[in-house]
Amino acid sequence: MGSVLLFLVLLFVALLFLSPFYYIIVNSVKSYGEILKDAGSWPTHLVLENYSIAWKWVNFLQAFFNSLFITTVSLTLMVSVGAMAAWRMVRRSHRVSSIVFSLFVVAMVVPFQSVMIPMMKVTSELGLLNSRLGIIVIYQGFGMPFTVFLLHGFVKTVPRELEESAYLDGCRTMQTFGYIVLPLLKSILATVAILQTFWIWNDFLLPLLVLFDATKRTIPLAVFSFFGQYTDQWDYALATLNMGMIPIIVFFLLLQRFIIRGVAAGSLKG
Amino acid sequence: MTKMQRKPQQLRAVRDDVIFIAPAVVFFVMIVAASFLLGIYYSFTSWNGVGKHAAWIGLENYRYLVTEDGRALRSAWFTIRFTITSVIVSNFIALLLALILTQPIRGAKAFRAIFFLPNVIGGIILGFVWRFIFDSAFSSLAETTSLAFFQLPWLGTPGTGYWAVVIVFVWKTTGYLMVIYIAAIVGIDTQLLEAARIDGAHAGQILTRIMIPLMTPAFTVCLFLMLSWSMKLFDVIFSLTKGGPFQSTEAFSLNIYLEAFSFNNYGYGSAKAVLFFIAVGVVTLIQVTATKRLEIEQ
Repeated sequence: MGSVLLFLVLLFVALLFLSPFYYIIVNSVKSYGEILKDAGSWPTHLVLENYSIAWKWVNFLQAFFNSLFITTVSLTLMVSVGAMAAWRMVRRSHRVSSIVFSLFVVAMVVPFQSVMIPMMKVTSELGLLNSRLGIIVIYQGFGMPFTVFLLHGFVKTVPRELEESAYLDGCRTMQTFGYIVLPLLKSILATVAILQTFWIWNDFLLPLLVLFDATKRTIPLAVFSFFGQYTDQWDYALATLNMGMIPIIVFFLLLQRFIIRGVAAGSLKG
Repeated sequence: MTKMQRKPQQLRAVRDDVIFIAPAVVFFVMIVAASFLLGIYYSFTSWNGVGKHAAWIGLENYRYLVTEDGRALRSAWFTIRFTITSVIVSNFIALLLALILTQPIRGAKAFRAIFFLPNVIGGIILGFVWRFIFDSAFSSLAETTSLAFFQLPWLGTPGTGYWAVVIVFVWKTTGYLMVIYIAAIVGIDTQLLEAARIDGAHAGQILTRIMIPLMTPAFTVCLFLMLSWSMKLFDVIFSLTKGGPFQSTEAFSLNIYLEAFSFNNYGYGSAKAVLFFIAVGVVTLIQVTATKRLEIEQ
């Protein structure tokens, strides 16, 4: 009896959580007039042109590939560089390692808004502005502290014996790292990659500041630029919003189990 | 072993240290540390972002911010109120959902995914989505249900605008915190709960005396995450209200952004940014040390 009641409560809350999606999906295939008349009604006929117009206007394919490129390259670089540093810092814990580590811990609390103003000057001097490769470099700086922090905690729990026997067999440091250590880090690397994927894919303020050209826009920027042009033109706007959400929702649904496990693991170890 | 043999080995070790650790440090120093230090310098100047010359004006920016900038102080006050409300509401709902979802319930995994879903979508998109919900969907619901709740001008008045931001942000964050709480509950030794039950403890006692104390590491994390997310929130507000109506939902992060990139006061904006960092740092430090101490006492 009690569990039936709980189930009904949950069902109600779940519907409440999902209800915004109902409205934006249903209305994205209506004409403007029909949305204004009643946003709650089922569409009388499908207006799929909303999507084709929005697709062209925001140049969605371009934005999608920009997001994909920036996210995957940033992640790959961040995770490799971070794993190398974290492993070496744990294995050779001298003064420099501990200074670097405490710097990274402090940096995790620094809000992006606290450094964004001078960052514009620094990155313009370094020639990183208005470039997809440039923003990838910038992400390395901002993502490194958390990446190293999580990996550092994990490497400490990995036994040394395997690495030592690899050294005795004549492995160089790089070989030991690549063949012995990296495979052992697989699960934590996945966790880090998942957490950072959501950050970079959805990030808005940094791309807004450093990517100016329409051809370099990521998905959040493309969506934003649409709203900058047409305020409350909801027929095309909702189609734009839905297109913007679909890739990350598909990613979530496909890897749901890993993602939820990764969030729990990444947070409780941190 | 002679000294001659050890030397090249040590050298090689140092070389490997550099190869392995330096790239991470270089990225960090080049982007974040350099900006941070430069920002502290700018905060003592009246730099406008364009000119070559940044005039040194000492503590003037800080004095103006604390004593004369009413708009900045109002936005700081918004951030404080908003942080307190959303930390409490989001954690409360997340804990409640986690307690329910760890019961033997049909479809628990599906429910968990549903509650987590809003979190995977970017804040800028969510803000726009909810602009539609508060305007069009609510007015449709107002007609069908005639509930006063849906008739409110949600984005039109300062009072309701505040709660609009809270609603959207809680909707986004609850699922994430819930996942952490669920992991903590699942991690509790069931024998302990069983023993308490046999000793005659009722559900309320088990929750408050055994489960919640054992979950303090999860509270540390969830409070930390929610505190820093709320204090730093930018994108949801940027697309939902743009700080309005009448600047009533202008979070401090948004205030810094406007100061620098709309009014071109880079020096003054940097002073705000430095104080913002100190505020966020102090608040999260106090929270983490306080809850960590609780963890040790258990």
